[in-house]
Amino acid sequence: MNKNYETVFIINPVLSEKQVEDTVKKYKKQLDGKKVKFVCNESLGFKELAYPINKKNSGFYHLFQYESDDINIVKELEIELKRDRSILRYMTVSLCKDGVEFNARRASGEFNKKKTKK
Amino acid sequence: MRNQFNSALQNESIDRSSKQKKFCRFKKSGIKYIDYKDPNFLKQFINDQGKILPRRITGTSLKYQRKVTQAIKRARHLAILPYTTDSQ
Repeated sequence: MNKNYETVFIINPVLSEKQVEDTVKKYKKQLDGKKVKFVCNESLGFKELAYPINKKNSGFYHLFQYESDDINIVKELEIELKRDRSILRYMTVSLCKDGVEFNARRASGEFNKKKTKK
Repeated sequence: MRNQFNSALQNESIDRSSKQKKFCRFKKSGIKYIDYKDPNFLKQFINDQGKILPRRITGTSLKYQRKVTQAIKRARHLAILPYTTDSQ
């Protein structure tokens, strides 16, 4: 059965916009190569961190949401994220039924996105 | 003299009818999923030190308190919420 996963990662603020895009593309490509159905690929924007990580006080947040039936895909992605020096932090969660519903509503713009994007 | 002493020890009765009863906001407004990416919402459930508020203060039901806790802990990991705030 397909499970829904959600990965958020924080990219180093030192990188230029082009480099950030390239990093995101790299991981998207990695997932695209496998049997993964993308639900959402969204930048959450440049944000201040609540506490410093690796002496950085801000970062680019990026969100992936995807469906997969193989946990190894997630593991491989996390290994890559861990090795990458331009990733400050990452986290993957599997979504429950309500979470999927919530994200579908969020993607359709039912909540005011600009407000939450701050 | 003895009577006066006794009356001081006696608890005053509290008028509970005027107090509004606490309710679980998630049950009331039908929120099922708590998003960890929304700091403004989660800030209602932490104090100014960054600690998670207990159920007896927020009135959240046990089911949703667990979800709130989970969401706050996830948000802390991603530096969306602070672990602690030092008052400097």
